[in-house]
Amino acid sequence: MRRVAIISYGMTKVDRHWNKSIKDLFSEATLKAINKVNIPKVDAIFVGNMCASDLCDQNNIGTVVADHLGMIPIPSYRIEAACGSGGAAILSGFMAVSSGLFDIVVVGGVEKLTDGVGKKATFSLGKAADFEYELFYGITFASLNALIMRRYMEVYKVPREAFADFAVLMHRNGAKNPYAQLQFEINRETVLKSEDIADPIKLYDCAPIGDGAAVVILCPLEDASRYSDSFVEIAGIGSATDTIDIASREDLLLLKSILIAANNAYKMAKVSPSDIDLAEIHDAFTINAALSLEALGFSKRGEFDKLLYDGAFEPDGLIPVNLSGGLKSRGHPVGATGVYQIAEIIMQLLGEAGKNQLKNAEIGLAQNMAGVASNSYVTILKRCR
Amino acid sequence: MSVPRYWRNIPQRVRMEALKCKSCGKIIYPPRAKCIYCGKNDFECYTIPEKGRLISFSIIRHPPIGFEHTTPYVVGIIEFENGLRISSQITDVDINELKIGMEVEQVFRKVSEDGKSGIIQYAIKFRPIFQNI
Ligand SMILES: [Zn+2]
Repeated sequence: MRRVAIISYGMTKVDRHWNKSIKDLFSEATLKAINKVNIPKVDAIFVGNMCASDLCDQNNIGTVVADHLGMIPIPSYRIEAACGSGGAAILSGFMAVSSGLFDIVVVGGVEKLTDGVGKKATFSLGKAADFEYELFYGITFASLNALIMRRYMEVYKVPREAFADFAVLMHRNGAKNPYAQLQFEINRETVLKSEDIADPIKLYDCAPIGDGAAVVILCPLEDASRYSDSFVEIAGIGSATDTIDIASREDLLLLKSILIAANNAYKMAKVSPSDIDLAEIHDAFTINAALSLEALGFSKRGEFDKLLYDGAFEPDGLIPVNLSGGLKSRGHPVGATGVYQIAEIIMQLLGEAGKNQLKNAEIGLAQNMAGVASNSYVTILKRCR
Repeated sequence: MSVPRYWRNIPQRVRMEALKCKSCGKIIYPPRAKCIYCGKNDFECYTIPEKGRLISFSIIRHPPIGFEHTTPYVVGIIEFENGLRISSQITDVDINELKIGMEVEQVFRKVSEDGKSGIIQYAIKFRPIFQNI
């Protein structure tokens, strides 16, 4: 297996891009990434996307973007793993380069949720869950997370305010990220007084609806310095699945697919949670943050609030979490989110993160998932000097 | 949902049929090709008990397509004596009376309509059991 580097990244601001199509967004991010490096060719494109079939009435997204970018006839296809599509695309690109089949690969994610009007986007996003045994009964994606959140608060006696305070931290970080969709700060009351979505989940527990594209360029580590002065290595990568319906899980509060994916990624990278300098985690709902941090080994189970109030997740804390603002504030263009996370970790490792820049970050972790972690991706990136 | 797709699941929608693994004894619901606990595929039919307990619930204020007319409505996870858990809709309940641990029982109800010309979908939901004094 060849070692794999990421030599460049590009992204659009996450926003309601009414005037841009799925093609416009993907090409904008791709050209930003390509123009930063000196590559002779691109061998393939992998594009993560969840909702284009429903909301843009378009399948065959790989061809659509390759055509728009003038990259015909290289191989190009879409990878779909619901909200984990971006992470899945990264894994696919990694496999393609490490296997030796391709040398230079564009891996991206793109989502255009605002082409779906009214309830169409909510319905399309819900399809990450079990259609026949959850959605059939009117169970929404938000309510699945609400069921888990109520259980978490009941079992661990964690106050509801802790989830609000996590959202506050996300907005504090996102306010300083020029790519973030919601670039403003909030307070605890903003969350607690926001609209009920699916009790106990309120509007400000949820990631917003938005559009965006993020792209990275992968190549063999041994070739990376020929194309770019600065790059990172994909030191570890892991993926795992769990039951499609949540009620079938023996432990409702353990996101097992994250645990397994993370353990595989830690093993491959030969690191442990305490070696990680920063993490981008999948907080589509604030409860996701708690369970993800626990499954990744950053918090003991049921103690997410203790670490939160100890300041562990702050920019100067033990494990800075979502300096980008996370899904909550940066936004969640679903199929692109996993690639945004990778790009954001790279910015930190290369010292290009602007107002949110950490000092001396060497190892970063990105965790992306589909549904309530029915499908998970964990990627560990290391700075190369 | 198409008629064949609804029809295929009638044993689950209407009779709450699950699978019991003959090898490890665990109940599998929704049904699967192999046991998610031991990997074997020797099953017998198992009917989910009439009564269970609500272990978590949510009140849906933003419905998906097809559920607008019943909003707000309640969904929950129900746990049975043997440890089996399923998710379903909770019906015939005042949202202020919802409590974790409350006893619920099966009841046959309309779930949603597939537009004006589509089929009306029925299934088992769960409702609270109120003790008579
Ligand atoms: Zn079994």
